Amino acid sequence: MGARGSAMSHLVKTLDEALAPITDGCTLVVPREVSGVPMAATRALIRRGVKRLHLVALPTSSLQADLLIGAGCVETLETSAVSLGEFGPAPRFSAAVTGGSIAMKDATCPALHAALQAAEKGVPFMPLRGLIGSDILKYRPDWKVIDSPFGQDSNKADPIVLLPAIKPDVALFHAAMADRLGNVWIGRQRELATMAHAAVRTVATVEKMHDGNLLDDPVLAAGTLPGFYVESIAIAERGAWPLPLPDYYAADAEHLALYARMAATAEGFAEYLDKYVYEKQAA
Amino acid sequence: MNFRDEELLADVIARLIGDVRHVAVGNASPIPATAALLARERGHGRPYVSLLGSPKHTFWTDGGRELFDCAGQGRIDVFFLSGGQIDGHGNINLVSIGDYAHPKVRFPGSFGSAHLYYVVPKVILFRTEHSRRTLVPDVDFISAPGASEPNVFRTGGPIALVTNRCLFSFADGRFRLESVHPGHTVEEVVENTGFDFERPAQVPETPAPSPETLTLMRETVAPQLAEVYPQFAAQVFGVGQAAFAR
Repeated sequence: MGARGSAMSHLVKTLDEALAPITDGCTLVVPREVSGVPMAATRALIRRGVKRLHLVALPTSSLQADLLIGAGCVETLETSAVSLGEFGPAPRFSAAVTGGSIAMKDATCPALHAALQAAEKGVPFMPLRGLIGSDILKYRPDWKVIDSPFGQDSNKADPIVLLPAIKPDVALFHAAMADRLGNVWIGRQRELATMAHAAVRTVATVEKMHDGNLLDDPVLAAGTLPGFYVESIAIAERGAWPLPLPDYYAADAEHLALYARMAATAEGFAEYLDKYVYEKQAA
Repeated sequence: MNFRDEELLADVIARLIGDVRHVAVGNASPIPATAALLARERGHGRPYVSLLGSPKHTFWTDGGRELFDCAGQGRIDVFFLSGGQIDGHGNINLVSIGDYAHPKVRFPGSFGSAHLYYVVPKVILFRTEHSRRTLVPDVDFISAPGASEPNVFRTGGPIALVTNRCLFSFADGRFRLESVHPGHTVEEVVENTGFDFERPAQVPETPAPSPETLTLMRETVAPQLAEVYPQFAAQVFGVGQAAFAR
């Protein structure tokens, strides 16, 4: 590793320093529950008081979006669904949408994948089948329907939806490990690579540092996001808690049930924030 | 043999799945997941079953988009969708009740429905709550339409709707009552359905699951299910969670 390694180790920072690129008003893309949700980072962002985020949850979210919304960090949310899964609806999300305190850009999962892929390829849009006749399309003036120039039958129109590229300011996720060159091992969670390719900057939290270069081992290299794309890394052990880090640890079901109960009311949610995010001690 | 409602519904859905190559099941769908795993046990490994959210029960290696790419390629034969509201045209609403800009109730969102409903040949609609609140004349928000104009590319759509009271089939833009589950009546179905539907003069009763099916479900399927749906597997089949915690 030698000089090259030490030259790049400035990528590894404290959690708060690593999160500096996530500024008020930025467009932030985060992954779905099974792909490594950066919950320690999310709590740190709430403590810092980040505001007016344009949150893109690829393609869905659970506790992370609910917490950020409840804590007043989100201005617009673009996603296909927010839910606590087996633990019920996402209460702060529901309250914010019915109360009109966030702007909602409803999507469908493959539309978000495709729009990020457009940015990944550096093209202005991506076509997608489906959507025509849905109210999702009706409420998305930024999505266009064209007659496919490659339709099978030249006498018949073939309408198809075009989705503009989503180019986030920052991609943020949690993964198992990184090395000191900034390479991050994402395994089979390939949408993390798409997020990083599409975004201007990528911030990752990891369970631990890997000694050596992840790209030296062909087996690990296939699941590695090269450090070339990465802006900063912070170590956050159990950084997805209480959500799972697949193949490493399961969700903390008891805590998620507790969250669902507490977040059902604004008062209960405030208490949750005090206890588990601001970590205020009882007097 | 006594059986639970969940077991009857899974058995009904397993029959609807039929002989296909690949069944995919979305998030928060424990009963369809039970049915898909049951179909695979009966078919000695066929169909492929993909349970979203489960690394063990999916073969995906290309991230979250692979399911949708697969569907676009025609490689998914069966999928399941539901709705806060489902209407008589097969339209589903996973978004909100009331005006979209100022909703009275907000649901999680449309997930992949606005793509999968168009390109998966057999979409099975599943909603346990069968009431005039859920089965409505017209949905407040169309997450995905039951049918499309002839010039819209569409290789898939709904084939059936399974509820806690009955089984409807769907063809030519309308539902038809196929059978009523044991303990329920046609009158009750009419009374609790907000949309019009076809029905034969004599509506059969949904057959109860056979003892072989129940044994297969309880002994072979339930432990597999517990990895993805620990709470459900514990509640319905009494399968413990300990073996799956890491």
